Amino acid sequence: MATVKFSKDHEWIRVENDEGVVGITDYAQTQLGDVVFVELPDVDRVLEAGSEAAVVESVKAASEVYAPVSGTVTAVNEDLDGDPSLVNSSAEDGGWFFRMTISDPSELDGLMDRDAYRGYVEGLD
Amino acid sequence: MIRPEEGNRGLRLEEPLIFELDTPGAVGVDLPDIPDAPDRLGGLARNGPIGLPRLSEPRVVRHYTRLSRMNYAIDSGIYPLGSCTMKHNPRLGERLARLPGLGDLHPLQPDSTAQGALDLIDACADWLRALTGMPAVAMSPAAGAHGELTGLMCIRAALEARGDARAKVLVPESAHGTNPASARACGYAVESVPADSSGRVDLAALTDRLDPTVAGVMITNPNTCGLFERDILEMAQAVHAEGGFVYCDGANFNALVGRVRPGDLGIDCMHLNLHKTFATPHGGGGPGSGPVALSADLAPFAPLPWVLRDGGGWRLAEHASAVGGSPLGRVKGFHGQFGVFVRALAYMASLGGDGLRKVAEDAVLSANYLLARLDGTMTASFPGPCMHECLFDDRFLRGTGVTTLDFAKAMIDAGVHPMTMYFPLVVHGALLVEPTESESKETLDRFAGLMLRLAERARAGDAAWFREAPVHTPRRRLDETRAARQPVLRWTP
Amino acid sequence: MRYLGLTDADRRAMLDAIGVGSVDDLFVDVPRAAWLDGPLDLPGRRPEPAVERWFVELAERNLSPARAPSFLGAGAYRHHVPAAVDHLIQRGEFLTSYTPYQPEVSQGTLQSLFEFQTQVALLTGMDVANASMYDGATATGEAVLMALRVTRRRRAVISGGLHPHYREVVATHARFHGFAADPGDPAPQGGEDLAARLGDDCACVVVQNPDLFGHLRDYSALAEACHAAGALLVVAVTEVVSLGAVRPPGAMGADIVAAEGQSLGNATAFGGPHVGLFATRDSLVRQMPGRLSGQTEDVDGRRGWVLTLNTREQHIRREKATSNICTNSGLCALAFSIHLALLGEDGFTRLARLNHALAARLADRLAALPGVSLLNDAFFNEFTLRLPKPAAGVVEALAERGVLGGVPVARLLPGAGLDDLLLVAVTETVGEDDPGRLVAALAEVLA
Repeated sequence: MATVKFSKDHEWIRVENDEGVVGITDYAQTQLGDVVFVELPDVDRVLEAGSEAAVVESVKAASEVYAPVSGTVTAVNEDLDGDPSLVNSSAEDGGWFFRMTISDPSELDGLMDRDAYRGYVEGLD
Repeated sequence: MIRPEEGNRGLRLEEPLIFELDTPGAVGVDLPDIPDAPDRLGGLARNGPIGLPRLSEPRVVRHYTRLSRMNYAIDSGIYPLGSCTMKHNPRLGERLARLPGLGDLHPLQPDSTAQGALDLIDACADWLRALTGMPAVAMSPAAGAHGELTGLMCIRAALEARGDARAKVLVPESAHGTNPASARACGYAVESVPADSSGRVDLAALTDRLDPTVAGVMITNPNTCGLFERDILEMAQAVHAEGGFVYCDGANFNALVGRVRPGDLGIDCMHLNLHKTFATPHGGGGPGSGPVALSADLAPFAPLPWVLRDGGGWRLAEHASAVGGSPLGRVKGFHGQFGVFVRALAYMASLGGDGLRKVAEDAVLSANYLLARLDGTMTASFPGPCMHECLFDDRFLRGTGVTTLDFAKAMIDAGVHPMTMYFPLVVHGALLVEPTESESKETLDRFAGLMLRLAERARAGDAAWFREAPVHTPRRRLDETRAARQPVLRWTP
Repeated sequence: MRYLGLTDADRRAMLDAIGVGSVDDLFVDVPRAAWLDGPLDLPGRRPEPAVERWFVELAERNLSPARAPSFLGAGAYRHHVPAAVDHLIQRGEFLTSYTPYQPEVSQGTLQSLFEFQTQVALLTGMDVANASMYDGATATGEAVLMALRVTRRRRAVISGGLHPHYREVVATHARFHGFAADPGDPAPQGGEDLAARLGDDCACVVVQNPDLFGHLRDYSALAEACHAAGALLVVAVTEVVSLGAVRPPGAMGADIVAAEGQSLGNATAFGGPHVGLFATRDSLVRQMPGRLSGQTEDVDGRRGWVLTLNTREQHIRREKATSNICTNSGLCALAFSIHLALLGEDGFTRLARLNHALAARLADRLAALPGVSLLNDAFFNEFTLRLPKPAAGVVEALAERGVLGGVPVARLLPGAGLDDLLLVAVTETVGEDDPGRLVAALAEVLA
């Protein structure tokens, strides 16, 4: 099973071979409400861990999505252009945002696993 | 029989888009014959139709009259939008702005043929100087946010002239969104300052953040919670001690006009929304006008043009070479929102200094009256006295299943425009009520009665009724998600 | 006091209900040192007739262009505004409503803005337009800022034919926003090579059509050059009536159109309020500043309108907003819309042809005066004359003869060696005898 890690900013990253697939968590999409637009990074953009990578917009709010680790963007989910509601219906699968290389795998250790993230979210409510 | 698809019901009128009313052959303006002359368009003549609809004058008048009936307005009832100052708009201003020799003046006719207009601009500035207690007013900004940007540019220009542009501006977290946006547009980083438990800027937190990289602080006073920043003199002193400037967002000047001069509070720079405090019409979202009052240190940097007295007459100084100092360039075409100056000056001259003072007193009295009547049933966020507006949060709705939005929509069904909702962001589910001095006690009592009855009904467990509201409107709740996901921003055939 | 809703009895009762003795008790949070105890040094209240008399006196000290042959343009144009426009915009439901934050009770404003957006898109030949800006100059400033966001570049090439007020607004933004505004020298006789100033740091080229001097140009080749260089073409239009006769910027390949809409529905009003038009391509809409009215449905499935794409705006994005603008020119946009609705396709194109024909005839008559030459080959309703004397003095002398004869170029561009140039504009408001009076007066002044 692929490794999935979570950030305190509510991003998830699924590690597939040398690359990571990044999106926002189901908890985050619930907090945002109906997603109406996603601004994705350009392919080949170099991201630092914690830097602003994308913007997700609902009717009343816009939130930055941060790179959970450092690396380079290799692909973006173009389906979100036509159907941003995928982020609501399938946040942790079909609603992924972008793929990136992982330049320093040790950065993954600073993220939470699913259980830790669940506990973190419960602490927020 | 009425066909239901036409939608009209008595005085509830449906109206298609004007493009759907196109009638080939119809025209709403008669024009004279076109004299013979060769085409001098250099081969650039339009080569296809534009696609504009054709209508007669009666059909156009009917179209817009029917549309107008789908709007709520201050003319139709109380409009207690907090921070927007929806007061009565006197019609005298409309008449005067249309006088021959004012409304039809061209901005570039010779100064010698526009002496009355230049005198009028300076007279308007003169009232604003007296009311703010500040020595200069830049008249050209077109609206409040434009004034903010201009004021910050003056601050930055003054700092640059000292060789010290600085890097950031401090903005309280309760500020209008325009404040951080304006600071950013002026090239400054924005740092937020938290509020204390009384709903005011935390003086200690502000002082902690002050250092020689801070260009200035943007204060709204009274602030967006409707409270006067009691520590304003101490704040100003602290900012000045670090060499920074104090910008004041003048959106809420209606609480102070004629009673307190910002210049006496240590403020260096403040915009005035003529379309709020000085009763010029909001027009469904403009035009506004945002003159900026400036301290003596900032005045030399005021944007062009300046109106100057020269011997016996007035003159427009439109270029840096024509004035002393180091003015900003232009922030707008021509000389500012002249038509708005006419209306604002007529308002000030009608009320006089004594009447303007009464405006502030009555606005503050009315807000405190509503606070007294409503607190207890609704939940006031902070204890009074408030200034010209009173802030409630949604604690009184907790557990009822009714949200601030639902509550506002139920007010619409009762025939009243809602207060400002969900702003300021510093309290949960904010309801910000600004009655203004225009309303009678009877109207305030009816408004208070309505709010109390709605609060009772929410507590009685009638959430479903609230969620259905409004039902007595041209349209019920509209799908904003759909509008944003698949934007349709124009008609297409 | 006629604007106040409370009586003294009301005030007394309200103070009692609050539980304070006087209104002073409500101002206790204001530092005592800042209280104004005495009266301000300002006049007292005045009844309506007294205020009206004062304003009539002020107005009488101006020369109304309605009472003189008037040929003033350079960014503000006097056209006939139908009486119906002025009546409709003074309906209280339009005049005294706020920005449509509660769409269920603002459908009138929202639908009229949607219609306005469509009209502007049609006129400019663009995909989409916003609900208006402050004026043409600020719209042009915002267009440059938008081009910087879209291209992530930091230089704007500015044509010397752009109205100097527009250019100066861009320059003010450049100074504080930290980008390079690269202005060209004014070229009253053409010959500007803007494509040569492109480069991989260039976000946009800003031109005007017709330009400051009245020249009409085809910018199609420049648009192609811009796109090949990864830059946007911004086209400013100061006389929107020209779009009834001239190929629109959209058809030339413009990416953003920033225009002054005052000519339709709005008085010149000594410079404001006017109304900025802003249009662009569909693909750039999320980078566009300003309010937008969008179509949707209500819970009963009926068509309606809301403010949409709000997340671009300052009240949500705060310091990350596309612009700090909040208020626009709603009522002026409404006046524009109503005037254009009255004109319709036939009236608007006819109005444009009428303006052009009147201007063409006058240009030839003026150019026939000794020592006077016409600089333009192609123009719409405004052209530039070279005079044998400084134009500023000529304009003053014409004004003494009761003729508002035009705008000296040097008023807009002092010190540029253009003192002998005069801008002359002609609209349908020029009376039958007015061209003859200008020709005669100019002949006399130049003699």
